[in-house]
Amino acid sequence: MKEKPINHAGAAATFIADKPHLDFHDARLWDMRQKRDAQMHVLPEWQDLRSRASAIKEHALANLADYLEEFERNAKRNGIHVHWAADGTEHNRIVAEILAARGARTLIKSKSMVTEECDLRPYLAARGVTVTETDLGERIQQLDDQLPSHIVVPSVHKLTEDVARIFARHYGTDPDADDPHQLAEAQRLAARPVILHADAGMTGGNFFVAETGTFVVCTNEGNADLSATVPGVHIATIGIERVVPRMADLGVFIRLLSRSALGSPITQYTSHFRGPQDGGEMHVILVDNGRSARLGMDDFWTSLKCIRCGACMNTCPVYRRSGGLSYGAVYSGPIGAIIDPTFNERKYSTLPYASTLNGSCTNVCPVKINIHEQLFKWRQVLVEHHQMPFVKREIMHMAGKLMGQPKLYRAAIAGTETALGTLPRFALYNWLNPWGKNRELPEPVKETFHSWYRRNRPAAKPGQTDNAENTP
Amino acid sequence: MTARAGGGAEGESPMRMKIGLFVPCYVDAFYPGVGIATLELLERLGQDVTYPQEQTCCGQPMTNAGCVSDSAAAEALFVRLFAGFDAIVMPSGSCTHHVRAHFDAIEQTDAVRHVRANTYELVEFLHDVLKVRDFPWAEFPHTVGLHNSCSSLRALRTASMSELGEPAFSKPMTLLSGVKGIRFATPARPDECCGFGGTFSVSEEAVSARMGLDKVRDHHQAGAEYIVSADSSCMMHQRGCAERAGVNIRFIHIAEILNGARQ
Repeated sequence: MKEKPINHAGAAATFIADKPHLDFHDARLWDMRQKRDAQMHVLPEWQDLRSRASAIKEHALANLADYLEEFERNAKRNGIHVHWAADGTEHNRIVAEILAARGARTLIKSKSMVTEECDLRPYLAARGVTVTETDLGERIQQLDDQLPSHIVVPSVHKLTEDVARIFARHYGTDPDADDPHQLAEAQRLAARPVILHADAGMTGGNFFVAETGTFVVCTNEGNADLSATVPGVHIATIGIERVVPRMADLGVFIRLLSRSALGSPITQYTSHFRGPQDGGEMHVILVDNGRSARLGMDDFWTSLKCIRCGACMNTCPVYRRSGGLSYGAVYSGPIGAIIDPTFNERKYSTLPYASTLNGSCTNVCPVKINIHEQLFKWRQVLVEHHQMPFVKREIMHMAGKLMGQPKLYRAAIAGTETALGTLPRFALYNWLNPWGKNRELPEPVKETFHSWYRRNRPAAKPGQTDNAENTP
Repeated sequence: MTARAGGGAEGESPMRMKIGLFVPCYVDAFYPGVGIATLELLERLGQDVTYPQEQTCCGQPMTNAGCVSDSAAAEALFVRLFAGFDAIVMPSGSCTHHVRAHFDAIEQTDAVRHVRANTYELVEFLHDVLKVRDFPWAEFPHTVGLHNSCSSLRALRTASMSELGEPAFSKPMTLLSGVKGIRFATPARPDECCGFGGTFSVSEEAVSARMGLDKVRDHHQAGAEYIVSADSSCMMHQRGCAERAGVNIRFIHIAEILNGARQ
């Protein structure tokens, strides 16, 4: 049986019906966009930074195999174990093997979108490993058994009272105490013993540097540093596209990342990992999971430039009003809508349509991914691959025919009744009907411009053919 | 041969161009006044304007849905009707963007290339080609909120975009500033999409309507009596949202104001 496409529109309608959540979500993310703008205005070289970041990424992607091998050589020299994972299953198996070899039963980890892609937590849970997320938002999502709704602020769709209820369920705290400081304290108290006694730690990685064989993790809570250093074993999972050639390139990205993401000049912690601590172990797992295939897609390979800042989500008027969970995918928002179909074309075939193609995402992207043009292009690919719903496809087909025939077209719009007779009723009623749910229809007019023109410019210019002349 | 008006020495009278007027399908059917104002305004400015009567649609709805091949008939018809003009002018940013950037369903002949290169949205045609700045016949003593469609703003670049931090400019604002008595309201999120988005307005009804409502409220709270735009499609949607929610605001196309509409 074929998988059903995600019903983004339906989930978005449910999200919108909840006014307190909608209002907070829109305001919070718009505030991040405003702060991002303020940071941009501080740096006159902003557009130059974007161009450089884009060029470095394109260069790195165009020479990906070489830089990956260079990284591997240098990382090994630094005492780092380097593993290669072709897909999520292989990644998870590697993690499980590292843990099993050391008898590790508890794993603390900081936020990593790649591990979400790989569905790591259920895999390890089934093998008796307890995984604890140490990022506050990610921990909230873990306790609530939901995907992150945003790649930087994973629980931004929740209000403090939601968090209070979740913590009450899991930590036995007061379900009505929703003061953010109290909630953060509750998390701290619950997390500290777990962190102190964990057998192994795991992080993601924002960038890894080919020339030095090192990698960088950017966080605001310091939880990645705890996850990496408190236990003796540090496993870092990183997508292969995150490589930069030189240490000097990093400055460009570090300056752009948090400014684009949260509108802060830099993340609270920018940690460089250069090798295992004394007596410890460090593993880097480089994950492909569809990236090589994406690199081969002429129209979509530049989506691999993404540094996961979330700026496109914050500015997206659709995302702000539909919430990340409505995308039903690990990656939501505009960047999700162009990446997700590479994982599963049918399941995510609706996502490129969850956009007005307004282009704001492209403008804020720090690495200049032409996101809205890729959304536009994805629609063509999906239609070519027969992923458009039948009724919509038929309407477009009929509309296209109608637009090529002036006489028929004039007949169709001559009056509502004619239009109803020309277009099939099921189409009008079932597909176009949603217009009137929350909107009035335009008022009918006495005559079209076409008809006005014929009455008022009777000396129609010679040389014009007018096949519509005999329209009834 | 393409004529260029207004580019000569000061005092030189603008060149008379042979202009093909395209009136988008929804303007033809729902907002004929916008087509009339566009025609009259161009005639008032001394242009030789023809409305080819066989015209239908530019093909944008099909292409934006991903059904590129279904736009071929509309695009071929468009080129047949408009290839003979110096310039093709239309009161719509999104149709202009489609012709200029996405007319890809048909073979790229010289005629197609000519049409793509010489199609203008009304505001950019007035501002960049005819270089009109004064509209002495126009008076609009009201506070208006300017809505730039995303196609006009981010594809045609008729105004500066907040995301880029570039120096502020606005071609529609420059034109409207030549109208007596007009005042401008400043909405909080002037660049935010209103949520029309063509078929998006029905396939994503809830998000679309919510975006429209937020848009009209933003203008209303900024003190706008009218929302003025170069795109009737956005306004058709916004008007529907405002009427349903009881937001007391009116709508007018920029061509109507520039042509001297009195309200």
